[in-house]
Amino acid sequence: MLKINNLHVKLEEEDKQILKGVDLEVPAGKVHAIMGPNGSGKSTLSYVLSGRDGYEVTAGDATLDGEELLDMEPEERAAAGLFLAFQYPVEIPGVGNMTFLRTAVNAQRKARGEEEMSAADFLKFIRAKAKDLKIDADMLKRPVNVGFSGGEKKRNEILQMAMLEPKMCILDETDSGLDVDAMKLVSEGVNALRDEGRAFLVITHYQRLLDHIKPDVVHIMAAGRIVKSGGPELALEVENNGYADILAEIDA
Amino acid sequence: MSTAVKTQAALISADARPASGAWAADARADAANRLAAMGLPTRRDEYWKWTRPDSLISASADSAVVLDYEGEEPLFNDVDRLKVVFVDGVFDADESDALEGEGLEIERLADAAAKDIHWAKDLYGVLEARGQSPVVRPLAVHNTAMATDGVVIRVTGAVSRPVSLIYRHEDAGSDAILHSVIRLEEGAKLTLLENGPAAARFSNVLEVDIAKGAEFHHVRAQGRDHERQAITHMFSQVDEEAVFKSFTMTVNGKLTRNECVIDIVGDNAVAHVAGAVLGDGAAGEFHHDDTVFVTHDAVACESRQVFKKVLKNGAKGVFQGKILVKPDAQKTDGYQKSQSLLLDDDASFQAKPELEIYADDVACSHGSTSGAIDEEALFYLRSRGVPTPIATDLLVLAFLADAIEEIEDEDIAAEVTERLDAWLARRRD
Ligand SMILES: Nc1ncnc2c1ncn2[C@@H]1O[C@H](COP(=O)(O)OP(=O)(O)OP(=O)(O)O)[C@@H](O)[C@H]1O
Ligand SMILES: [Mg+2]
Repeated sequence: MLKINNLHVKLEEEDKQILKGVDLEVPAGKVHAIMGPNGSGKSTLSYVLSGRDGYEVTAGDATLDGEELLDMEPEERAAAGLFLAFQYPVEIPGVGNMTFLRTAVNAQRKARGEEEMSAADFLKFIRAKAKDLKIDADMLKRPVNVGFSGGEKKRNEILQMAMLEPKMCILDETDSGLDVDAMKLVSEGVNALRDEGRAFLVITHYQRLLDHIKPDVVHIMAAGRIVKSGGPELALEVENNGYADILAEIDA
Repeated sequence: MSTAVKTQAALISADARPASGAWAADARADAANRLAAMGLPTRRDEYWKWTRPDSLISASADSAVVLDYEGEEPLFNDVDRLKVVFVDGVFDADESDALEGEGLEIERLADAAAKDIHWAKDLYGVLEARGQSPVVRPLAVHNTAMATDGVVIRVTGAVSRPVSLIYRHEDAGSDAILHSVIRLEEGAKLTLLENGPAAARFSNVLEVDIAKGAEFHHVRAQGRDHERQAITHMFSQVDEEAVFKSFTMTVNGKLTRNECVIDIVGDNAVAHVAGAVLGDGAAGEFHHDDTVFVTHDAVACESRQVFKKVLKNGAKGVFQGKILVKPDAQKTDGYQKSQSLLLDDDASFQAKPELEIYADDVACSHGSTSGAIDEEALFYLRSRGVPTPIATDLLVLAFLADAIEEIEDEDIAAEVTERLDAWLARRRD
């Protein structure tokens, strides 16, 4: 589903290379995890894939179901089925969460040539999804993420994902800031979406999340590249020994 | 220059003034005298630095194309209200409702002015004259001398149906001068709606006297004819425990200057004034000026100014707002916010926020900002599939939201938001 090939990315404003040849393929139906030290380029990868400004792709490419992602506008990537749960969700004062979601759902439907959802259907749909994530009506009415706690923001990201039903979901440290119960809720939300036609790329620092969302493959990213890939046991190794051994092994 | 200006610094002769009964004739003569002494605004005047008065004082109005609204339903159409219609500044009895209502005395200014004695004598030109210090407002004085019509309203109870002044524009060359006077007696309550482009050039004065415990709500929409020009003044006096709330939405218009002068004279009173502006220079010139002066002359009163302008394609915005706190006005809570959202590099916003405080126990704040669309927020919306133009408009409406929130009536606030949204949507397609 997602194919990243030799991706090189530098900052637009600075002469700073951040991604230095990322190769990665996530097939439909699979869950891949990325772990890696702080500053290794995990969030940068997720931002570049979703089309944020400020980066320059100097080599390589990325495709979603064969479509060249990097040529598309962010909204086109979303309509094509890409979704990023942000490491730091953005607060938008003055825009109601509900209005935001209805606009997003209908914009994507329109872009795909589908009919818009009626107000009543939308309401039913969002209420059900919000209930699963224990998001109360008040949070739906409030402006997007404004005054939300860290954990509420992350749950709100998963709500958006559940509403938009993307086929390629990238989760950037969705577990950080979550208490134990919220972690379970969020994981259940993610697991409920797992199916043959959908793939996940889960960025995390902790094995804990991967206990709930069982990955098929774990990748280690360091200094802008995927340096090692393996099964779920790789996450356990990181949890127990940190990155030193893995990085030393690669340097050798 | 003598023939180029509609009113010269010289006295406007009695013949030139609208015919009136004794009290109104006196008020008009007094205004003519005051205007002769003060002169017309010039660009050298401190508060006319950013807005050219020329086209407001020229002998005749520049003509303004009448916009075709293509069958669009007029604003406030679904509100149960008492309609008072003026077409190019001329009262239209057929289109208006009967001028009567419970708790309400309402009369055309032209009728009231024809009488020799009228209660409006104590207000007409009186609040206006008081509002000439410390800053002169010559165009309001001119209006007092020359206004041909308007309404005179006395409110004695809680009036549930809003009074709705509808200003239609049909004649491309019209030059309208209206003046209305409103007195809310103790504990009375009134909502006043105003909407419509009015004329090619429109001078409007409202004088509002709010007695103890009374409540005045005002929602105004200055609509959409691109070439229209308007100079409006609102003078209000707010007594003990009274409430004054005014909101204005402006879209389009070559030149709009709204002056609002509020005198808080009784303890524990509340006065809010707000504005939401959308200006797009691509459809024609756009210049919008809010000039506000709030005086606190009583204890424990709250004033709040919330002005928001969204500007693009060479649209220009001006805000000049002052809070004056007199020595005895302790426990004053004064707040002023003026912000512009500049959607491109051609748009401009000038602001002059002022505080002048002579009491020591007060909490006053003001802030003026000029900014662009928040790129982080825009990307977040786009990453969810919202196309850039729609995402931008969502952020524009969000920016205007806290001005619109100043409207007390939720249905009216929703209608205002809808109209702003429709204006934005028309530019998207
Ligand atoms: N806009 C930017 N300006 C300057 N440096 C940047 C910018 N964006 C990313 N970087 C740098 O690029 C590197 C990679 O950052 P990135 O956020 O992708 O790391 P990460 O792997 O997600 O780290 P973490 O685990 O802490 O979230 C860091 O050194 C970061 O400081
Ligand atoms: Mg990160």
